[in-house]
Amino acid sequence: MADVYRALADETRRLILDELATRDGQSLFEICTALTMHHRVGSTRQAISQHLSVLEEAGLVATERRGRTKLHFFDPEPLEAITRRWPTTRKEAP
Amino acid sequence: MRIELTSVYVDDQRAALEFYTEVLGFSKHHDIPLGEHSWLTVVSPDAPGGPQLLLEPAGHPAVKPYRDALVEDGIPSAQFAVDDVAAEYERLTGNGVTFTQPPTDIGTAVVAVFDDTCGNLIQLITEKPGMV
Repeated sequence: MADVYRALADETRRLILDELATRDGQSLFEICTALTMHHRVGSTRQAISQHLSVLEEAGLVATERRGRTKLHFFDPEPLEAITRRWPTTRKEAP
Repeated sequence: MRIELTSVYVDDQRAALEFYTEVLGFSKHHDIPLGEHSWLTVVSPDAPGGPQLLLEPAGHPAVKPYRDALVEDGIPSAQFAVDDVAAEYERLTGNGVTFTQPPTDIGTAVVAVFDDTCGNLIQLITEKPGMV
């Protein structure tokens, strides 16, 4: 789980997840374009690629080849582990 | 200074000519035999005197690793302007063209990316009025 917290600690990586949550299955080029146009993130393509590697290691992003292009998908499963540990719904007061 | 000609590398010049004219709608401009290959260019019918696109043979050994790396990351080799990306998306998918990116609003423009079947990804763009 430590990987998940580290992955979420970075604003750019959170924005990448926001973009993939909005539309899944994006190439590196699309993610870079979206970050630049929607969030004014000026990071290099190499930097975004490294951010995606961190997210992938944490299990938050999965990749899949479609034809010759590598696409990225958001996987919320590690976030569910967090809410299982600390449930977000409170029990009704007796 | 003006842009007279730019190029995309294509696996097969004849197949590329067919795709770029029959499917995309460009017009053949030059087709000059040069041994094994040809000096093969197309232009937009909207601007016959405008920039030419050279359909350049992809035989050089540097082309494959270069293009494979671009396509893996979804990076287009060229960008073409259209009046309405969504309409072109409908027309081209109807003609069997595969898009790696559906029409997407990026704020100042709408873009989409398709596979040109000759080894490249091509981006379509419609810029929004007043945004540039």
